[in-house]
Amino acid sequence: MNRIRVVSAAAAESGRKLLIPYVVAGDPNLDTTLRLMHKLVEEGADIIELGIPFSDPSSDGPVIQLGVERSLAVGTTLTAVLDLVTQFRARDAKTPIVLMGYLNPVEIMGYEQFVERASLAGVDGVLIVDLPPNEATEFKTLLDSREIDTIFLVAPTTTDKRAAQIAASCSGYLYYVSLKGVTGAALLDTASVRQNIEKLRRLTDLPIVIGFGIKDAESARSMGELADGVIIGSALVERVAKLSPANEISEEQLAEVTTVIATAREALDCL
Amino acid sequence: MPNTEHETIGFAGPDRLGHFGPYGGTFVGETLIAAVEELAAVYEEVSKDPEFWAEYDRDLKYYVGRPSPLYFAERLTEAAGGARIYLKREDLNHTGAHKVNNTIGQALLAKRMGKTRIIAETGAGQHGVASATVAARLGLECYVYMGAEDIQRQAPNVYRMKLLGAHVVAVESGSRTLKDAMNEALRDWATNVDSTYYIIGTVAGPHPYPQLVRDFQCIIGREAREQSLEQLGKLPDALVACVGGGSNAIGLFHPFLNDAGVAMYGVEAGGDGIETGRHAAPLSAGVPGVLHGNRTYLMTDAGGQIMETHSVSAGLDYPGVGPEHAWLKDLKRVNYVDATDTEALEAFHKLTRLEGIIPALESSHAVAYALKLAATMTAEESIIINLSGRGDKDIQTVAKLEGLTL
Repeated sequence: MNRIRVVSAAAAESGRKLLIPYVVAGDPNLDTTLRLMHKLVEEGADIIELGIPFSDPSSDGPVIQLGVERSLAVGTTLTAVLDLVTQFRARDAKTPIVLMGYLNPVEIMGYEQFVERASLAGVDGVLIVDLPPNEATEFKTLLDSREIDTIFLVAPTTTDKRAAQIAASCSGYLYYVSLKGVTGAALLDTASVRQNIEKLRRLTDLPIVIGFGIKDAESARSMGELADGVIIGSALVERVAKLSPANEISEEQLAEVTTVIATAREALDCL
Repeated sequence: MPNTEHETIGFAGPDRLGHFGPYGGTFVGETLIAAVEELAAVYEEVSKDPEFWAEYDRDLKYYVGRPSPLYFAERLTEAAGGARIYLKREDLNHTGAHKVNNTIGQALLAKRMGKTRIIAETGAGQHGVASATVAARLGLECYVYMGAEDIQRQAPNVYRMKLLGAHVVAVESGSRTLKDAMNEALRDWATNVDSTYYIIGTVAGPHPYPQLVRDFQCIIGREAREQSLEQLGKLPDALVACVGGGSNAIGLFHPFLNDAGVAMYGVEAGGDGIETGRHAAPLSAGVPGVLHGNRTYLMTDAGGQIMETHSVSAGLDYPGVGPEHAWLKDLKRVNYVDATDTEALEAFHKLTRLEGIIPALESSHAVAYALKLAATMTAEESIIINLSGRGDKDIQTVAKLEGLTL
């Protein structure tokens, strides 16, 4: 069975909120990302979203853009990201990995080759931000054949009719974008999020998780209350930015980076 | 109204979802989907509304100064020594380029949709100026995103935009050129989607932009077709236009697509030469991929990262191209060729000295290729070059290349 289903079913049973950190693979280098992934799991991450760097991240705010630039500066490729997942799997067979990124690197590798390699590496879900469901038919069929989830976003601007179509195409979890804007923006409107999540509940049995704009224990708690889990990206990448890849990165430094996840975990566990 | 009378099924595109064969489509983040769908619905409605097109035609006539002349370039023809060369004078439009044909149309759409704020991306600054111009005319707030690198090389246009009341935002991310300006404009749009209309300057981006920008630019080809019949007594044998994103080229080509006897040449920026890798010629040397909302030919590396491009002309310095061009390449209806920086500069001087017309560096690429093409044709044959813009904005660039400071 697909790891995302295992983890989310267990969480639903125990009342645990899903905590999903996002990091850019290769920021500041692949070795550090690997260590960071294990550390995130230690600190209470349920699923990890691993960003595939792309030169033109037009849905991302400045923090993740810089993370992507740092990763590309050390030459991170999609192939290397898949290898990173393989390495992670050598020590962790349980934590689901979702690859998140833009379509072009996947198109250039070729859908079939990408899906086959992702499956072999132990990828559990794929979220391509610039690939909406109606352009994703061929890709999704291939992912389905390998039991890899295709995760789609629902935004505050998404119409009800479209939300129903997205919910029907989506597997794994439904990613609700909390605000109009790019990643890392911070203008959360709890009332409107609550209303939209309630609508989505009626459309799907999938876990609904909220991302964009969650930056600390406080925002994790307020959004976690409304959904089955939260995604923390920019707030984590901002801390990764302080690591200097020129020097040996200590365990203490990694712990400092992941504090935001540890405190979010505590906040979510109090719900 | 968008003229479909010359269309047959062969070149009729896009489909309802914006596909030109395998190209085009809608590849944007979910936040923007509702906005592009709304725009597509509004555009479908206005494309059948004669009042909309009557207003557009009035603006083109009295504000832009259309029709633009089709001018027989006698001395240029002599110098090339072959086919008769005609220039479609888009450089004579208000604001100095074809870009305004599109911004006039999109401003009318913005008005109809009740938007209060305009954003645009720009490379050479021509589209930025044309957007700032229509925003000033309608009293709309205007933000123009421009790569920091381009701001350096197109200072006069930056000041023009500011005079027109636009905010010019320097984009410092990525390669700091047109593609990065487009990323930043998309981010702004996602953030301010309720109030904001995004005027894309070329036939790229998510559906319906490639279609509607083309329709607004087709005035070039419709006029050129009529003028040929009137002035030449027949259709031209060849059309030549430069291709960055490809809006001036599609505007000229589209109304002729079903005229089988008319050959078409889209001239990409060859930069230092295709073989050097330093160019901006995705149709000549790229592969299909996805960028900025559409599938098309791109300059991308083996890992799928978008490559930095090079051209002496900021307006052609873009790693992608409109999806309809990608399709017309595959259908072999249009020949896509290139002219290098050096060839374009030679053509720039040649046209200036022989005809007293200073062309934009973008358009100089078309002139350069047309000169070679004309030499292979007979004196009974004729070529139309789309002189898409005037070169006043480029004189500093040219002077600098020649070691002069103005």
